[in-house]
Amino acid sequence: MAASISLHLIGSAQLAARARVATSESRLVRWTLIFVAFLFLVFFLFMPLAIVFTSALSKGLSTYFAAFREPDALSAIRLTLLAAGIAVPLNLIFGIAASWAIAKFDFLGKSLLVTLIDLPFSVSPVVSGLIYVLLFGLQGLLGPWLAAHDIKIIFAVPGIVLATIFVTFPFVARELIPLIQAQGIEEEEAALTLGASGWQTFWRVTLPNIKWGLLYGVILCNARAMGEFGAVSVVSGHIRGRTNTMPLHIEILYNEYQFQAAFAVASLLALLALVTLIAKSAVEWKAKQENSQPHGRDLTPDHQGFLL
Amino acid sequence: MKRVSLMLALLFALSLSSAAQNVTLLNVSYDPTRELYQDYNAAFARYWKAKSGQTVNIQQSHGGSSKQARAVIDGLEADVVTLALAYDIDAISERAHLLPANWQSRLPNNSSPYTSTIIFLVRKGNPKQIKDWDDLVRPGIAIITPNPKTSGGARWNYLGAWGYAFKKNGGDENKAKEFMSKLYKNVPVLDSGARGATTTFVERGMGDVLIAWENEVLLGAKDLGQDKFDIVVPSISILCEPTVSLVDKVADKKGTRAVAQAYLEYLYSPEGQEIAAKRYYRPRSEAVARKYGNQFPKVKLFTLAEIIGDWQKTNKIHFADGGLFDQIYQPQ
Repeated sequence: MAASISLHLIGSAQLAARARVATSESRLVRWTLIFVAFLFLVFFLFMPLAIVFTSALSKGLSTYFAAFREPDALSAIRLTLLAAGIAVPLNLIFGIAASWAIAKFDFLGKSLLVTLIDLPFSVSPVVSGLIYVLLFGLQGLLGPWLAAHDIKIIFAVPGIVLATIFVTFPFVARELIPLIQAQGIEEEEAALTLGASGWQTFWRVTLPNIKWGLLYGVILCNARAMGEFGAVSVVSGHIRGRTNTMPLHIEILYNEYQFQAAFAVASLLALLALVTLIAKSAVEWKAKQENSQPHGRDLTPDHQGFLL
Repeated sequence: MKRVSLMLALLFALSLSSAAQNVTLLNVSYDPTRELYQDYNAAFARYWKAKSGQTVNIQQSHGGSSKQARAVIDGLEADVVTLALAYDIDAISERAHLLPANWQSRLPNNSSPYTSTIIFLVRKGNPKQIKDWDDLVRPGIAIITPNPKTSGGARWNYLGAWGYAFKKNGGDENKAKEFMSKLYKNVPVLDSGARGATTTFVERGMGDVLIAWENEVLLGAKDLGQDKFDIVVPSISILCEPTVSLVDKVADKKGTRAVAQAYLEYLYSPEGQEIAAKRYYRPRSEAVARKYGNQFPKVKLFTLAEIIGDWQKTNKIHFADGGLFDQIYQPQ
């Protein structure tokens, strides 16, 4: 343990030295780069965000809140929460199971499973939606059977939940796999030799070690689940008050010339994004703090950059 | 525990009894009918409550006409469809067999309770002096019109232009084709639906002229400020006949045939016609048409049958893959 900490210290000293070398560019270059990055942020991040909120509030606070009292808006918010409420826990369970299996065991088809988990990232959301139409649509593979048994999947809530699960599939697993892999299996083996059951080992040893990474994955998963547009749009059928989620409701309002109401609902999604950002930073900070304690493991989540 | 199960039983009984009193219809419609059916649904619910005692709750779904037809084919459970053109309902009959092929003969006026036509919206003061279809093909004019592959309104726009060129050139198809080719060279972007095209023109400020449904233009001009746009009515234009139909198999499965049928028939009633007129659709009823006569610009109308024939033929020649539209339109 002590050796790993000193190694870590040496590593950071080297890094710091390299950082000094990297900034030996002229002041002009440095300031130009900072200025460009700043300008980029202003134009592509702050300005749209500001426009969302100013448009939402353009007709005053009372019309702003009126946009949420509308039954269609309420139903859209409810449906969005429902879809996320189902998709996130399912992805949580799947993510833990898959990453546990992939990181701790060797089995046939492991690399195939890893590739499959990434599939929703590489496929366009529209295609993900169409997959369900081809599968469950009336002219699709399972459609006639479903219709005969009066089971509705697409153009109904189950289809929206399915599409949401599909597009958010990789978030938790992708977050956990490198983390669990980095941990190795020594602690679990120690627990097992001391007589712990498999469940106890998972609950007392594995879970505490991965909790921050897990929370981070859940936050990202939730943000995507609530914001998804493409896949959900294809399977929704756009029935007002029944199968419209918040992003779809925003589109409808916009198309009905209700720009202020559209931006009011959009501001709710933007707020969610901000909360996500804050929660994400809090989790990262907390994880780092725990790691800097002397007996903590090295869990600094370097790999997390890949999502951003 | 006992109390909970009692409550559940009560709830179940309640939901059963309310199911008998309540009926839900789904009307799958096209883009610009949002305001029309908002009003009409409320009126029909009142009428039906008085007539049968049932509370009817009508749900709406809107989008590009062909896209909506596609959704019904794929299983969107519409009790009724109210789409921009007969061809889209034909497609539902052909591909999914949800309604009989002779659906169009089941209601008066070829199942088209209201009509409209195609006119232009230009920027205030008409800076490009656009007065008729001819002016659209001048170089340097930017035209906003949606994609005829996905939008019903866009097909009527296309056919309005085609009809003008066809009639002007004494039925010479090659000359008409040349005209269309010039016209679509002036189209910078094809939106997927009529409402999207209106928003492109009005909100995003693109283009010199919007070709659109008369009802959409009249409504848009009212909603979005008369001080920014002028309406231009061409010398002649096409009579657009949006059609409605019961989706038999869905209605029978849900047990809603009677109320769904009444829903469509009531569109032809004086109240239904008046609501259509108020939302800038041309009513079929002559009495209502007279009452709202001032609202609709005078324009000489020709029908699809006069210039091409029925929708099957129209689609085959103009809009099918490799058809005339594909030949003349090259994305820039």
